[in-house]
Amino acid sequence: MTANQMNGAEMVIKALGDQGVDVVFGYPGGAVLPIYDALFMQNRLRHILVRQEGGAVHAAEGYARSTGKVGVVLVTSGPGATNAVTGLTDALMDSIPLVCLTGQVPTHLIGNDAFQEADTTGITRPCTKHNYLVKDVNDLARVLHEAFYVARSGRPGPVVVDLPKDVLFAIGTYLAPEQVEPRKSYRPKTDPDPARIAEAVDLIINAKRPLFYGGGGIINSGPDACKLFGELVEMTNYPCTLTLMGLGALPASDKRYLGLVGMHGTYESNMAMHGCDVMINVGARFDDRVTGRVSAFSPNSKKIHIDIDSSSINKNVRIDVPVIGDAGKVLEALISALKAKRFSPDKTALSKWWKQLDEWRKRDSLHFDQAGPIIKPQYAIERLYQLTKDRETYITTEVGQHQMWAAQLYKFEKPNRWMTSGGLGTMGYGLPAAMGVQIAHPDALVVDIAGEASILMNIQEMSTICQYRLPVKIFIVNNQYMGMVRQWQELLHGGRYSESYSESLPDFVKLAEAFGASGLRASKPEELDDVIKQMLAIPGPVIVDVAVDQKENCFPMIPSGAAHNEMILGPSDKQSGGSVSEEGMVLV
Amino acid sequence: MSDIERHTIAVLVDNEPGILARVVGLFSGRGYNIASLTVAEVDSANSLSRITIVTEGTPMIIEQIKAQLSRLVPVRVVHDLTEEGSTVERELVLLKMAGTGEKRIESLRLADIFRARVVDSTIESFVFEVTGSAEKLDAFINLMKPLGLVEVSRTGVVAISRGAAAI
Repeated sequence: MTANQMNGAEMVIKALGDQGVDVVFGYPGGAVLPIYDALFMQNRLRHILVRQEGGAVHAAEGYARSTGKVGVVLVTSGPGATNAVTGLTDALMDSIPLVCLTGQVPTHLIGNDAFQEADTTGITRPCTKHNYLVKDVNDLARVLHEAFYVARSGRPGPVVVDLPKDVLFAIGTYLAPEQVEPRKSYRPKTDPDPARIAEAVDLIINAKRPLFYGGGGIINSGPDACKLFGELVEMTNYPCTLTLMGLGALPASDKRYLGLVGMHGTYESNMAMHGCDVMINVGARFDDRVTGRVSAFSPNSKKIHIDIDSSSINKNVRIDVPVIGDAGKVLEALISALKAKRFSPDKTALSKWWKQLDEWRKRDSLHFDQAGPIIKPQYAIERLYQLTKDRETYITTEVGQHQMWAAQLYKFEKPNRWMTSGGLGTMGYGLPAAMGVQIAHPDALVVDIAGEASILMNIQEMSTICQYRLPVKIFIVNNQYMGMVRQWQELLHGGRYSESYSESLPDFVKLAEAFGASGLRASKPEELDDVIKQMLAIPGPVIVDVAVDQKENCFPMIPSGAAHNEMILGPSDKQSGGSVSEEGMVLV
Repeated sequence: MSDIERHTIAVLVDNEPGILARVVGLFSGRGYNIASLTVAEVDSANSLSRITIVTEGTPMIIEQIKAQLSRLVPVRVVHDLTEEGSTVERELVLLKMAGTGEKRIESLRLADIFRARVVDSTIESFVFEVTGSAEKLDAFINLMKPLGLVEVSRTGVVAISRGAAAI
């Protein structure tokens, strides 16, 4: 056999190697056994054995988000593939590059309702950027290389390659990545149209109340794009707000940073969104969690929208100047165009605007009172931040109140340090994601800020964490409620806490020990610092169970169906701003 | 709503398994409307198919539909024929007429006016073939209803722009 002749399973391993993959998250099963056999016979590619396929996909997401590389998943047919669906959807919503290899029954059995057969390409078509069913081993190398290209280029996303078992056994010809011609139908546009840059520059120069609104697109574009973004913010001295996906795109310590925007964003961010006259959206998508009521969204601004995906333009909000392209390239073009015009901001208008922004900042909308013997959840996160900020720290979260408090209170100085499920809001994301982050950064501190309800959704991955001795720290903000559900029930459903209280929670300290990890508990404010320090001192995985105030709600909050200037600032503020409209009630 | 527009969109795609499901899934998943959809391979050497979609929506929705279609990996180009100028749109229909006597003769007379061809006949039935705009076919079908129309099969609209410019 010549060197480029091999069976399909060997081709998979070779293609992953040629794509620079060093780790695969997976779970074996009948249909992918040939690949696991090929894995066994080599030692270049590392395989991390998860405990459920859903964990593999989130782990790969964590790996991808913290490195900027493509995350790789390997699962079997049928239930292996269907378990991966949530993670794939999550990656699609948050534009995370993944390649997910799924086993499939042999081609002659497809359609026969064979054992562990599922229509994987059919099921995953709406939740992937693209997917493939490979029926001929001679297509396999091309498809795999193309899958990686599609996953990481343009607006990144998950790609599924479905591999029937007979194709994995069949002998065929391998092609190297450079031998594969890019397909004509997929040529993402990354360079901006100069005419649009000129229009955008015009608006930026003449702005009186400008605002940068940065999102995950900057982070996806890479650390260089983040630097350019910081440069643009600095040279203009314009204020900047970031989305949940964009945290870290601008250092939180930058004095022009106003904080998180949107439903649980800061007062100053949301008021600035409402009051600006030129909005410069860089790599964000006017998500409903950011816009609130669209008809009342930033009513008096001209909007520049920089996005690599033309379908994001005018999807939710009418745009004045769309700029299609890669965030880094667009920012570079904007900066050089501004320099060429010898740009200097309108100082009078800008200082007036900053005066207003500073007024709003004085409301101190993230303020909380740590009084009394019960730990406030915000205090727990604030202390965690203070005690970990000087380390090389990566934060993942689950979904709910703790996630929003973390987004508000944990300050990120660098991109790729914050991994959270934004678009899909997947409870159970944080633990496996932390696992993937720790695999990519073995020496870094990785903390999953969790809620006690979310953590139970993928708690089986503790077993993986212990198997690979990953020193992940799980920081559970435990209020015994599905806190965000309880908050909405309080605000919208007359305090009828239907099914949002968790009976029979495990003893998380014993649970940690049962898995072979360490467990710690804090129930009083004065214990907290010590417990966090202990957590940091333990070299292995730790679960920290922090008992917090059960009744605390996450503020500020833009109620569903309300506008940015109708925020609720705190529990005593229900009447001043937004009561929830009937229209708002039906929104999620 | 008053600003609903009807657009005919031509999409050239790589002819591969699942492409039609991708397009149809996009429309159903995002709640867009399909008034008519036709698909066939048009270039076998390059394995290209052409999908013609007639859809309705506000200008913002029509723009979204085009952007979402363009985003699909196997889609080569998307052309909004309605927006790009004058087009020729045609549809073909097969109608089955059953019956005898005066109605049968009347239907043949009308068929002549519409340039319908008889492509099958028995003592008690005809199959007509008619091409034309969707409106013409609607008119013909309505005329045939009282004259013994028992079955209709329509192709959906195919369209092409007028003039020398090509996709």
